[in-house]
Amino acid sequence: MSDAAIRRPLEPAKIFIELAATALIVAALSITLVGFHVKDVPGGFDVVTRFWDVLAAVVIAVVGRGWLIGLREGVPFPVAVTATPIAGILLLALISDWLFGGTLSETLRPILPFNSSVVQWLVAGIAAMFAAVGVTRAARERSAKSVEASEKFDDDAADFMDKVAAGAQRYTAWIGAGLLVVAVVLPFLPFMNLSTLDIAVLVLTYVMLGWGLNIVVGLAGLLDLGYVAFYAVGAYSFALLASPDSPVLQMMGIKEGVSFWLALPFAGMMAALAGIILGFPVLRLRGDYLAIVTLGFGEMIRVTLLNFYSLTRGPDGISKIPPPGILGYSTQPVMDNDTLENTTEFHTWIGREFDQYDNTILLYYVILVMALLTNWFTLRIRKLPVGRAWEALREDEIASRSLGINPTNTKLTAFALGAMFGGFAGSFFATRQTFVSPESFTFIESAVILAIVVLGGFGSQIGVVVASFLLIGMPELFRELQDFRMLFFGAAMVLIMLWRPSGLLARREPTIRLKDPPARGIRRERIKTREGDAPTTDAQSGDDLATGDRRP
Amino acid sequence: MTSPMTQPMTQPLLSVEHLTMRFGGLVAIDDVSFAATDKEITAIIGPNGAGKTTVFNCLTGFYKPSVGRLALTWDGREFLLEQMEGFVIAKTAKVARTFQNIRLFPKMTVLENLIVAQHNKLMRASGYSVRGLFGFGYQGKEAEAVEIARYWLEQINLVDRADDAAENLSYGDQRQLEIVRAMCIEPKLLCLDEPAAGLNPRETADLNKLLLFLRNEHKIGVLLIEHDMNVVMQISDHIVVLDYGRKISDGEPEAVRNDPAVIRAYLGEDEDEELPDIVKQDLAGDGADDGPETQA
Repeated sequence: MSDAAIRRPLEPAKIFIELAATALIVAALSITLVGFHVKDVPGGFDVVTRFWDVLAAVVIAVVGRGWLIGLREGVPFPVAVTATPIAGILLLALISDWLFGGTLSETLRPILPFNSSVVQWLVAGIAAMFAAVGVTRAARERSAKSVEASEKFDDDAADFMDKVAAGAQRYTAWIGAGLLVVAVVLPFLPFMNLSTLDIAVLVLTYVMLGWGLNIVVGLAGLLDLGYVAFYAVGAYSFALLASPDSPVLQMMGIKEGVSFWLALPFAGMMAALAGIILGFPVLRLRGDYLAIVTLGFGEMIRVTLLNFYSLTRGPDGISKIPPPGILGYSTQPVMDNDTLENTTEFHTWIGREFDQYDNTILLYYVILVMALLTNWFTLRIRKLPVGRAWEALREDEIASRSLGINPTNTKLTAFALGAMFGGFAGSFFATRQTFVSPESFTFIESAVILAIVVLGGFGSQIGVVVASFLLIGMPELFRELQDFRMLFFGAAMVLIMLWRPSGLLARREPTIRLKDPPARGIRRERIKTREGDAPTTDAQSGDDLATGDRRP
Repeated sequence: MTSPMTQPMTQPLLSVEHLTMRFGGLVAIDDVSFAATDKEITAIIGPNGAGKTTVFNCLTGFYKPSVGRLALTWDGREFLLEQMEGFVIAKTAKVARTFQNIRLFPKMTVLENLIVAQHNKLMRASGYSVRGLFGFGYQGKEAEAVEIARYWLEQINLVDRADDAAENLSYGDQRQLEIVRAMCIEPKLLCLDEPAAGLNPRETADLNKLLLFLRNEHKIGVLLIEHDMNVVMQISDHIVVLDYGRKISDGEPEAVRNDPAVIRAYLGEDEDEELPDIVKQDLAGDGADDGPETQA
């Protein structure tokens, strides 16, 4: 694996065997999965054979493997020559289809035999990647005429994400700003429609949950397998306050629910309270034990919701939860028989027809602001004593104790704050669904949220965004793949865990620095201007608490 | 056991009286009494399993002693350590400790390690982080904390490594960092559990210098568990020898060195040879296993 500097002679027999093995494996896998498709027909089902698809899969796999071998063996030239035109044609067809709604890709059916545009883009994208790598390698080899240019493709790939992670940290401000701009204008981009905006709302909900859990798991290092409990407490607290159907309000004889904006902080507080109640007895436990107890707590909450019928309506759930209003106006058509006037509708007030897309835009911005607040809070608290104490406890509890840090209280704040943000997200979930029932709060939700945090890289804020998109957004976008999307999802997870076992963007940025960060780009510039100022460094910008350079 | 008890004129900084620690039927420490004064380095030595680390764990609240009184006195205030929780001992009684196997915060930077040690002070300054969240009047205090950290880093020549993760330091530097991290809580009594374990002679010399500096310049009391007789004999003002949980000798280095009870404990009944060399041989064979390690 290591002696890449010496170019080995190509061994056609070995390469052939490798390609044949690839073809065989892909054929064996795809003939059962893709080759036979069971179709519902009236009066039973029918088996459709799709051998052309199997053949296409085999051909694509063999070509891809061939390119991979070419790069590995240090012969990028043939790769560049073959991959470039193929990638070009595929991308051209797809782009022209996308821009002009044409059917150019229909004519390319033999090369791209898939019904899913996502898969077609993926295939074209991978081909383009090979083309790019092949061309750069070939160019480098030509100019340098050196053999050392033919590094191992694998090494590059492993290295690549490290560089991406480092870059993501270094340019956090830029990437964050870029993502923020995209997030703000997203509802108004031309390709958005109701369903994609709905997916975006869903993804943002999980981003917020991930950021909330990141406080508990990423910063304080407390493995919480029952985070969904706080999500549920938030959702139900909200529903019981806001819905006119709420048993609590009915018991007190109140007809109108509390508005979203009033119920939201209350729901957060209830969730934080739940966090403290759970935390007090169990935070003496560590690691696996804590995980088991939190797992149990999550189930307890769900079972309680299911059985406490007089309070929660059990499996029937609580419905008619109103969406957030604006300035006291409802954003839904008001179905009030008493007053036939529509004065309480926001869209009537601003003179627009009712449009579900408008409402989703509102929901989208509400969750965006809530998620950003969570993020701001986390970034800020990390640089405060409590945040540092969380990290210290995660690193070594005994040492923290010997330095006078109160472990119980410190962990409890992490648990309560994480729970509070879970509760906020729960409120949003309730108002978005207009209905809550215990079914929404199963263990799998906790697992998905935890997977987002782990996949993104413990403690990495941007990692959570990327992971939410991968875990929540992708399966939704891949709906066209039907049953295979979960297969794809599983494969992606396995690959990521093989490739980046500590998470996609796991890289810790110090909370404070004594000297200039070794970064290029904006940070350096900012510090330089600071050096020009007076030597006192008390005035600080928001995201950088470093005390600047004070060396004489 | 001829050496007289070193009785300080005034109330000693730490006075341990009749300390006994039982684990079930095992008596790890049996009625040990000794005193440590400020501006002095008190060494606790003894063969492996003598109960030295257990004494430390009792002092710093990791164990609750079965019997005994552990009184810490400074500025006219008395703290009964046996009644306090571990973190309170560090927070209010100002007893800091290091560990036999280094316990830094490995992923955090050197500077962060030293800032975390100033936690309680910074918590107050930032209004328990609530005020700090909105950025009122906290940065000044944090800058002060950084200056304190910088001062300590200068003492151990690690200013250049301040922004590196603590796990990336060399072993000797990690040992020194752990000591100055303990100093960041501004302790009155510093308990060091085998600070010289695994250090080479040059690093040991640096350590000696640092410990003498702490005693002379910062006027704190240092309690030291050590096997390395180079360290113990060169810098201690006062030595307590434990064997099988009992105190067998207590006094100035010269007196302890020649105490027959000590020689017997280290050599068995044979009393022919000089102590320090033999102790070294004795130690060369054994690892760092020394009583129960800190368990929480």
